[in-house]
Parts: sequence; structure tokens; C-alpha cells
Amino acid sequence: MDINKKYTPHSWPDHPETATMEGKNKFVGFWLLLAAESVTFASLFATYLALKDKGPSGMEFTAAGLFELPLVFAMTMILLTSSLTSVYAMYHMKNHNFKSMQAWLAVTVLLGATFLGLEIYEFNHYVHLGFGYTNSAFSSAFYTLVGTHGAHVLFGLGWFIALMVRNAKRGLNTYNAPKFFLVSLYWHFIDVVWVFIFTVVYLMGVIG
Amino acid sequence: MAHDVHEHVRTKEEYEYVRRQRAQEMRHMLTSFAMMIFLTLIAFTAVAAGFSTYLIVPIILLLAAIQVVLQLYHFMHLSNKGSGTIAFFMFSGMFVAFIVILTFVTIIWW
Amino acid sequence: MSSNAQKSGFGATIWDYMTSVDHKKIAILYLMSGGLFFLIGGIEAMMIRIQLMKAGNDFLSAGTYNEVLTMHGTTMIFLAAMPLLLGFMNAIMPLQIGARDVAFPFLNSLGFWLFFFGGVFLNLSWFLGGAPDAGWTNYASLALASESHGIDFYSLGLTISGFGTLISGINFLVTIINMRAPGMTYMRMPLFTWTTFVASALILLAFPPLTIAIFFMVFDRLFGSHFFDVAAGGNTIIWEHLFWIFGHPEVYILILPAFGIFSEIFAIFSRKRLFGYTALVFATILIGFYGFMVWAHHMFTVGLGPTANAIFALATMIIAVPTGVKIFNWLLTIWGGSVSFATPMLYAVGFIPSFVAGGVTGVMQAMAPLDYQLHDSYFIVAHFHYVIVGGVVLAIFAATHLYWPKMFGTMLSEKLGKVTFWLFFIGFHLTFFIQHFLGLMGMPRRVYTFGADQGWDLFNAISSAGAIFMALGVIILLVNVIMTTVKNERVGNDPWGDGRTLEWAIPSPPPFYNFAQTPLVRGLDTYWIEKMEGNKEGMIYAEPLGDIHMPNNSFIPVVMSFGLFVASFGALYHPDDLPWTVPVIVLGLLITFGSMLLRSLKDDLGFHVHKEDLIKDREGVKTDGHQ
Repeated sequence: MDINKKYTPHSWPDHPETATMEGKNKFVGFWLLLAAESVTFASLFATYLALKDKGPSGMEFTAAGLFELPLVFAMTMILLTSSLTSVYAMYHMKNHNFKSMQAWLAVTVLLGATFLGLEIYEFNHYVHLGFGYTNSAFSSAFYTLVGTHGAHVLFGLGWFIALMVRNAKRGLNTYNAPKFFLVSLYWHFIDVVWVFIFTVVYLMGVIG
Repeated sequence: MAHDVHEHVRTKEEYEYVRRQRAQEMRHMLTSFAMMIFLTLIAFTAVAAGFSTYLIVPIILLLAAIQVVLQLYHFMHLSNKGSGTIAFFMFSGMFVAFIVILTFVTIIWW
Repeated sequence: MSSNAQKSGFGATIWDYMTSVDHKKIAILYLMSGGLFFLIGGIEAMMIRIQLMKAGNDFLSAGTYNEVLTMHGTTMIFLAAMPLLLGFMNAIMPLQIGARDVAFPFLNSLGFWLFFFGGVFLNLSWFLGGAPDAGWTNYASLALASESHGIDFYSLGLTISGFGTLISGINFLVTIINMRAPGMTYMRMPLFTWTTFVASALILLAFPPLTIAIFFMVFDRLFGSHFFDVAAGGNTIIWEHLFWIFGHPEVYILILPAFGIFSEIFAIFSRKRLFGYTALVFATILIGFYGFMVWAHHMFTVGLGPTANAIFALATMIIAVPTGVKIFNWLLTIWGGSVSFATPMLYAVGFIPSFVAGGVTGVMQAMAPLDYQLHDSYFIVAHFHYVIVGGVVLAIFAATHLYWPKMFGTMLSEKLGKVTFWLFFIGFHLTFFIQHFLGLMGMPRRVYTFGADQGWDLFNAISSAGAIFMALGVIILLVNVIMTTVKNERVGNDPWGDGRTLEWAIPSPPPFYNFAQTPLVRGLDTYWIEKMEGNKEGMIYAEPLGDIHMPNNSFIPVVMSFGLFVASFGALYHPDDLPWTVPVIVLGLLITFGSMLLRSLKDDLGFHVHKEDLIKDREGVKTDGHQ
């Protein structure tokens, strides 16, 4: 594999992410990691469900009393949209249109950062209500589940930015195409987890 | 490993064809996205409207499942040719995930 | 690059191994550190047996005894058995499928160093205020009450080494999925490769629950959360479930590669194709699949209710079926073969009755009502030692003898090997067979002493005497290793003379690129087919001789693992209100994520081995072979 090889949209392979052996390996390996991540998040969800609304006697916090849907709705829309913008980025990656890909990735990063900002605001709000991490079994399980997702978002943002900055000057080749592809897969997976979080934690929490 | 990139330069017609195909695929993506937004709206509305819990919970779980399938198969291309092995592992992972959650809502002994 | 390191000095060799991404060198690292931890765990076992050799002994205090038994179990499972098996997987599996390295050589190195730093961290507990003392299962209700930092060493150490294992699992899976030589279909893979594949799949799906459980434990003990704290609404059963959702597949992660090793041995030393290859493959997959549906049989006495107990009892009994299939396949492989009882074959033959005994007592415990009687007694101790020692440890010793020439290019002494086998085998049965009866007589496990009036004196004395035989066996194995290394008599490609799979078609030890030309595989037992057709080269090639692309060495894995090691110390002392803990956590994570970023930003394209060098190498190898 020659990193300095220049491609044109005409010579760009159909599946640049798996055009090299390294790319194929990364592709399969990353999906396997996602399978492991599914079990990781399942363990967190399961624990959350087991500990929901559980606390020391006299605990005043319950999911139904705590969560507010408008903020969660906004966060959901933002994250879903960022999933679409990363699809756009991959569309341009496959067309070997580097500038547009970078632009859509930048939009994705902005949306992801907004999401993360709202999540921090939400956590901060709860902590001010007295619902801290050490408040109860419920609070520990809630912050660990949603916080682990948030940490994944943060890691994803760092990954996006690192790739964009690193490759800003040299454009697309078969060496970095798998990297861009994987981070977008990762981003979709984060979205999948969030779909379950807003359903199981927030919606099912509000109805008690 | 050294010789795994064999270059193929497309003719103009091939290139146009591939571009058109990708554009069409992108339109499918947009449809999926619209569906995801729609499903999310239904879920939030159903909860806000305050129907019976026993009705809402299965519905919003089902909506979430549909959304995940859309993400996996449309956005993440799990159905692509040659993805059989990874799909197998992904579904094994989900199977274990399902068992774990089933356990924790049934036999956690409280 | 790495090929000319052999002639250089000691420091350069160390540096070479620390930075190596070559699967064969990483295998040696696994073997050495796994072997070291095996000795440490063995010493702990001897301390247990010394303490229990007579009634009312005061060799160890009650508290120390708890630490010793906890560290014995934890060390043997996580730091000895698994790394040793990972070592053999690393050494042999890529050769068996005709690959030049694993799919992610860098991650392979990272996996090892994470395991290593995790293991070192865990064992440092001995010197820093006391080892963990809540058993290797570390049940939350007990662990939360433990006052020293021992439990924290356990949780943080296993977190680090667990990441390493998960990375190795993914790496092996991708290697087997993507890197097989042309013609090597799934149903032509040697059985050791198959068991590596299934065991890696189990690692992939079983380690996340353990990681999460341990995270909860870390947060509960160090950062004030309440997952297991019943007074604050927590639930201690969560730990047990998560631990055993991991713990039961873990048993198969250990035993499946052992099955693979024995399958290779039976075929080689009976000079016969493996009987029922397809059945063995499907039995392996089935065992892996069932492995996830039986964990609650470790928790029958928790009180999950009759329905749950009945379901898990049935599922557990079903596992006996594919395992039985395997036993019969091995017996039928031996039957009618031209059997030679070399040391590996002795272990394999000794394994069958030992493992069957362990399996049968397992089925006994699958019956929930009987398990209420047996639970937490020495019967359980006897059972799992029959499975783990009679299965896994015998396999590790067998593989040590079988693959030593392939890994180091010199043969372990057969004479001493047989002495080791007999000492260890007799000692093993002497130690553990009698523990079944101790259990039935009511002796509970994990007690530091017993009274003279309880009637357990004689059996415990016999058990302790058996442990001495096992220790002697291990010492003779060490002597064997040292003598062999000193003598250093080089051997050819196929030192056992009856190798069937690809690893025996290439030099011992193989060149760092394994295969100068990728082989073309024409069936199961590739090398055997070529031998039978009189092919002197041992394989046919799928490509002409050309430049080979190989990965660069890297020091980043060591740094990355070291960062987590540092951060763990910060986390460990966090509840003690010391001012430096948070900065140390931050520093450690900065090291780890910083080196991750560096790895990501720095292009690492590897290098090429040129055709001319390959030809030179091959001629050199030919003269080596004739020595």
C-alpha cells in the first residue's frame, strides 16, 4: 500500500474502506468490538433496570419525578441528525469528495458537541437538585449508564477531530478511508445505544 | 499483503452509473432518516399523551427495535455482501445482551 | 529489522521483546510471564496444603489464609492458565492457517502488556497492605466489607488485564476470519485453530460483563456509588450474576483450547486423521453456545426460585452431550491407530479419565437439589480441580512438550518429560480425588483450619502429600527446560515426525515472516497430504516469491499499558483523602490516551522484506536443517 498514491474519483475503489487487507481487518475487528460493546451496554442497562428507583429508605427521587422530556427530545433529535450527517460524510467519502466529507464531518462534530453540552447541563441540573452520583443505587446506575454513553460521545468527537486535522492536508487515500469509515460506524452505534437510552431510561422512566 | 490494491480506473459511463447509484442510495438513507424521526416522534407523543403503561411500553420498545434495525441495515450496511460473519457475531452479541437483560428483570432476587 | 537482533546484546534483546509485534515473540512473552505467575500460584497452593496438612495448624493465620486462597484462584485463572493458552494460540494458530502474523500485530503486543501490567499490579498487593481476601469470585457482600486495599488491587488489576484479553480475543477472531491461506476453508482448519476461534468468541462476549461488574466494584469501593450496597438500594446479587455470566464462559475459554491441543496430539501420535472432525467442530461450537446459558448453576443456593433453578439445571446437563461426543471422538481416533506414547500423548491419554471424572461430578452438581448439599464443600473444590488441572493444566504441559521444538527449535527431554508426567499425574489424583470424600464428609471450602475431632485429618494429610508430588513434577519440568536450553540441540521442521498441519512444514523456529510464500491448502491436515504425495517441500504455494510486507515494532503498547498502571494507583488510594490521587489518575490516563493519539496520528506503514533476502534466508535455513 502506497500512502502517497493519489486517487481521482474515477480510480477510487468502490469500497475504499475494505480495499486493503488492513482495511478489511479493521472493518471486521471493529464490528466485533461493537458486538462486545452491545454486551457492555446490556450489562449497564440490565443493572439500571434492576436498580431503577431504588435507594435508601425515604429517597425522594424517582425516574417519574426527575426526568423532563423536552430536553431529552431535543438531545435525541440532535443525535439522530448527527447520524445522518455522518452518512452524508461517508457518501462524499465514497465519491472521493474530500472537501464535502470534511464539511459534513464538521457538522457532525458540532451536533455531537451540542448533544454533549446538553447532557452536561442535564447532569448539572440533577446534581443541583440533590440527585448526585452517590445519592442512591438508582443515581449510581443512572449516571453510570448515561455517563458511559456520554463518554463514548466524547471519545467519538476526539476521534473525528483527530482524523480531520491529521488528514486535512493530504486528502483521501486507501490508508485513511477505513479510519473515516470506522469512526462513522462508531457514531451510528452511539446512536443505537441512545435510542435505547431515551426509550428505556427516559420514556419508560416518565411513565413510571 | 503487498499486492492487495489492484487499481481499476472507471470509464466515463461506469463512473456516471456509480454516481447515480450512490445518489439513489443516499435518497434511501434520507427516507430511513425520515422514518427514524417519525418513529421517535410517535414514541415521545405516545408518552406525552399518557396512554396506559401496558400499552405504551411494548409499543415504544418495538419502535426502538425498528430504529435499531434501520440504523444497522441502512446506515451501517450490515446487509452488504460479505458481512455474514460480522452479522453472526453482532447477533450473538445481541443474544447475550438480551439474556442479560432478561435475567436482570426477572431473577435478580430482590 | 527484528531478524538480526539475535546476535546483539542482552539489553537489545530485552528491547526487542518489549517492542516486538511478532506473534511468535509475544507468544514467548506470554509463556514466560504466564509461567512465572503459574509458579507464584503454585507456591500459594503449596501454602494452602501446608496449612491444611494437619488439624489446627497455625502455619498461616486465618486472614493470611484468605488472602492466599484468593490469590491462588485469581492468579491461576487470570494470570497463569489464560495467558499460557493465549501464548500457545499466538505461537501456533497463525502458523496453522498459513498467515504471516495476526491481523493486528500492534494490538497483539498491547494485549500482552495490558495483561502483564494488570498481573503485576494485582501481585503488588502483597507488598502494599495486603492481598485481596474475598475469594477469586469476590462476592460483593464480602468484598465491600473487606478493609484493606486488597479488593481494589483485584478490581483494578483485573480491569487492566481484562482489556488485554478482550483485545487478544478480537485479534484472533479477525485473524481467523480474514487471514487464512488460500484453500483453508473453515472446515479445513485444524482443531486447535477452531477451538481458538470459539474461545475467542467467548472472550469477546463474556469479558464485557466482567469489566462492567468490576467497574461497579471499583466505583462502589472507591468513588462512593451504591450498586451493591443494600442499605442504599443496591443489590448484591447483581455482582453474582455479572460475575458468572462471565465466569461460566470463562471455564470454556480455558477448556476449549485445551480440547484443541489434545485433538492435535491424538491425531499426531495415533498417526491417524482425527475421527469425526466435523462432529468435533460442531461440538466445540455447541459448547460455546451453551456456555452462555448455564451460569446460574453457580448460584443454585442463592434462592432464585425453582423455575430458574430447573431451567439452568437442564441447560447444564445438556452440555454433557457435546462434551461426551468429543470424548468418544478422541477414543476412536486412538482406536486402530499406530500409537506412540511420547510425552504429549501420555498427557492426552491421562487427560481422558481425569476430565471425564471432573465432568461427571459436574453433572452431579447440575442437579439443583444435590447441589444444595455439595455447595461450598470440598466436593466442589475436587470437581473444579479435576476439570481445570485434569483438563487445562495437563493440556498446557502437553502443549509445552509438543510445541517447544516449534517455538524454540529444540526438543525438551523425553525422559524428564515422562518423569514430570508421572509425578504430576499421580500427585494430582492423590491430591484431589480424596477431596471428593472430604466434601461428602462435610468439610467446607475456604476454611483455614479444622479440628482434630472432625475426622478429616488423614484425608487432608494424603491430599497434602499429593501436592508434593505435583510440585516435584513442576520442578523437574523447570530442570528440563533449563537443560534443554543449555544443550540447545537444533531440530528440523517436523521433529515429531508425524506432524499433520502447516506449522510442521516450516522451520523450527519459523522465520519472522513465517511463510516466504503463502501456502495453498488442499485439504484437512495439509502437511500430511503433501507428505503422503511425496512433496519434499511440505507445501505447495499460492503465490510466487515476492516482497513481503511486515509491521514495524513499537514501544507504544508498553507505554499505553503503563499509563493505566499509573492511573490505577491513583484510583486505589482515592478514598484515603490523599492530595495526589486525582493528579495521578489524570496523569496515567493522559499517558494512555496520549500514546493512543500518537499511535493514531503517526503513520505506521510497516516495511518490506525483499525477495533477495528471502532467497538468502531460505538457503541459510536449508543448511540449518542438515546440522
